[in-house]
Amino acid sequence: MIKQDSQQADFVGPVTDIAPSRGWVSLRLRELWEFRELLYFLTWRDIKVRYKQTVLGAAWAILQPLLTMVVFSLFFGDLAGIKPGSDIPYPIFSYAGLVPWTFFTYGLTQSSNSLVGNAQLIKKVFFPRLVVPIASVLSGVVDFALAFVVLIGMMLAYGIVPSVNLLWLPLFLLLAFITALGVGLWLSALNVEYRDIRFMVPFLSQFWMFSSPVAYPTTLIENHLLRTLYGLNPMVGVLDGFRWAILGGDTAAPGPMIGISAVVAVIILVSGTFYFRRMERNFADVV
Amino acid sequence: MGDLVIRSEGLGKRYRIGDLPSEYRTLRETIVDLAKAPYRMARRMIRGESAPRTQTIWALKDIDFEVKQGEVVGVIGRNGAGKSTLLKVLSRITEPSAGRVRVAGRVGSLLEVGTGFHPELTGRENIYLNGAILGMRHAEIEQRFDEIVAFSEIEKFIDTPVKHYSSGMFLRLAFAVAAHLTPEILLVDEVLAVGDDRFQKKCMGKMESVGKEGRTVLFVSHNMTAIHRLCPRVILLDEGRIRADGDTSEIIAEYLNADRSEADCKEWNNPETAPGDSTLKLKRVRLLDRNRRVRSSFDIREPVWVEVEYWAFDTAQRFLPILMVNTEDGICAFETAANHDPAYSGKTRKKGIYRSLCRIPGDFFNEGMYSIDVFIRVLVPRKYFVRESNLLSFRIQDSGSGLSVKGEYPKVWSGVVAPILPWETDVRPLSRTGGEE
Repeated sequence: MIKQDSQQADFVGPVTDIAPSRGWVSLRLRELWEFRELLYFLTWRDIKVRYKQTVLGAAWAILQPLLTMVVFSLFFGDLAGIKPGSDIPYPIFSYAGLVPWTFFTYGLTQSSNSLVGNAQLIKKVFFPRLVVPIASVLSGVVDFALAFVVLIGMMLAYGIVPSVNLLWLPLFLLLAFITALGVGLWLSALNVEYRDIRFMVPFLSQFWMFSSPVAYPTTLIENHLLRTLYGLNPMVGVLDGFRWAILGGDTAAPGPMIGISAVVAVIILVSGTFYFRRMERNFADVV
Repeated sequence: MGDLVIRSEGLGKRYRIGDLPSEYRTLRETIVDLAKAPYRMARRMIRGESAPRTQTIWALKDIDFEVKQGEVVGVIGRNGAGKSTLLKVLSRITEPSAGRVRVAGRVGSLLEVGTGFHPELTGRENIYLNGAILGMRHAEIEQRFDEIVAFSEIEKFIDTPVKHYSSGMFLRLAFAVAAHLTPEILLVDEVLAVGDDRFQKKCMGKMESVGKEGRTVLFVSHNMTAIHRLCPRVILLDEGRIRADGDTSEIIAEYLNADRSEADCKEWNNPETAPGDSTLKLKRVRLLDRNRRVRSSFDIREPVWVEVEYWAFDTAQRFLPILMVNTEDGICAFETAANHDPAYSGKTRKKGIYRSLCRIPGDFFNEGMYSIDVFIRVLVPRKYFVRESNLLSFRIQDSGSGLSVKGEYPKVWSGVVAPILPWETDVRPLSRTGGEE
């Protein structure tokens, strides 16, 4: 310690130490905070560039969930005859699920590919690498907002008035964000070394969609205990919570299921962040 | 408080290099490997290891040095000597594998111009984005915005997406942003080769003023002229270690003299290993005297012949052999290309083994050592087939015959070249008052 101080005296100012790190390392969240402007600019870039050179532009943000809703209404609503379990029309029911789902799956896909996509940056400039996947997930918020406005419009057209539960909505959006980022951190770090991830992600998000209550209600599971355990898939909590917040008390009120989802989402995020930080030291050499 | 800004102690960086793929792999081995792969991958993922590779190389080893505030230090060395790795470790892009470095102050690194530029965004937008990436605060960029635009000379196109820029405009804008970084410590890697001559001069000027402002600069370059101009101190890296550290002129001379032996001829008999690509390979370069004998020492009055032989495997290219002749200090004396050869200029070449001869006249070089870099390239569009530095070197000596430029003068004549130029002198008679008549 004394040696350290005497060494410090040789320098003009406070010293940054650069040395090999071993094992699990600290998250250095303060450093992340110092680079918040970069986070802002990368998010802004992703939003700005997303619909460049497209004819329909930002309309894609609305069309994607909307068209899926049409397909779902045809096949699940009409042909398979799935009932949302209350008097909510199936198109509204499925679209209300597709809006947060699209945000989640966009964030998941984008963040998984974000490190490889920004390889040039990572090889040539220093900044906390966490900024990259976070910006990818954040950039989906604009799309979400656009699709959400359409949802409100559709509800009014069907004569459904949003309930006061709407105030809880940001919380469920946050939960979707945490889940997308958590999984995205794991996958993006893995993707640096194993490009298999790139091929896995589309399949993963499709599989995840069908195992989440996007096209069907959770009430299909009649056993209460099982339904609560269904919350182990964090997107179950997000989707049920989202529908509850928008469509009001008609749908099943979110109970302990959302609690379970939230805990699982946080576990994924925290473990993902630690894993990411651990792998970070090799990114510039391997990517 | 001391005056140090960087202290590196025992710094090392190890890279893993992949196993050489063995040529004889049975299908069974491949299938077994494939079957084991998921298990191995899972194990590695959990332990946070990277892929299993047996061989490692030390890109940097036992690097010790100190840099004081306001020093401008050049870092030189051959390709693969570890120069760029050193900058990457210092700027924290990659972690060292051994030792430690302590750095006092904000570090800005410029390893490439235009990092993070997005083609779809306008010049204005890219200035903000790139500034943020390089570590500038938003307010800082705001404050220097006009300066940056003026420096880049692209005022008119500032709101055009950069994908519509010419490559020159793009580089100018990119350098302009980088040049307005204001960290306490600036790490620069070979970015001066940007734009046309005029802009390059401007960039050099900017770099010089950065050094004079009292900021600390580490400057990696192969351009000895630039190193001479900018850096009083040089660190010479060789195979990842510091070979020399100190006065610029001495170390550059040492560096350039390092492999001066047998430099009158370099020959590659096997096209597989010769420098070049599938279109064109260098076969042989030689220094000849007027009797076509290979030599590496010439009298100051003698012409020097440089012979370049190469294989051309493709007909479609209009390549030119180019010689760059450098002094002992690494300053480029001149460059010459075969573009004035009437048999040659502007024509598409056929396949074959080519031999180009260049005669450098006598009474041209001054006394001293010179080295020759050989390039074979297409001028427009810019494309290199061969880029070999320091292939040949030779000594020019004045035998003291009294017939060279310096006549009977016994000491060293100054200058890179020593041509005998025509002079004319006349004389008018003086009037009695001392004025003109």
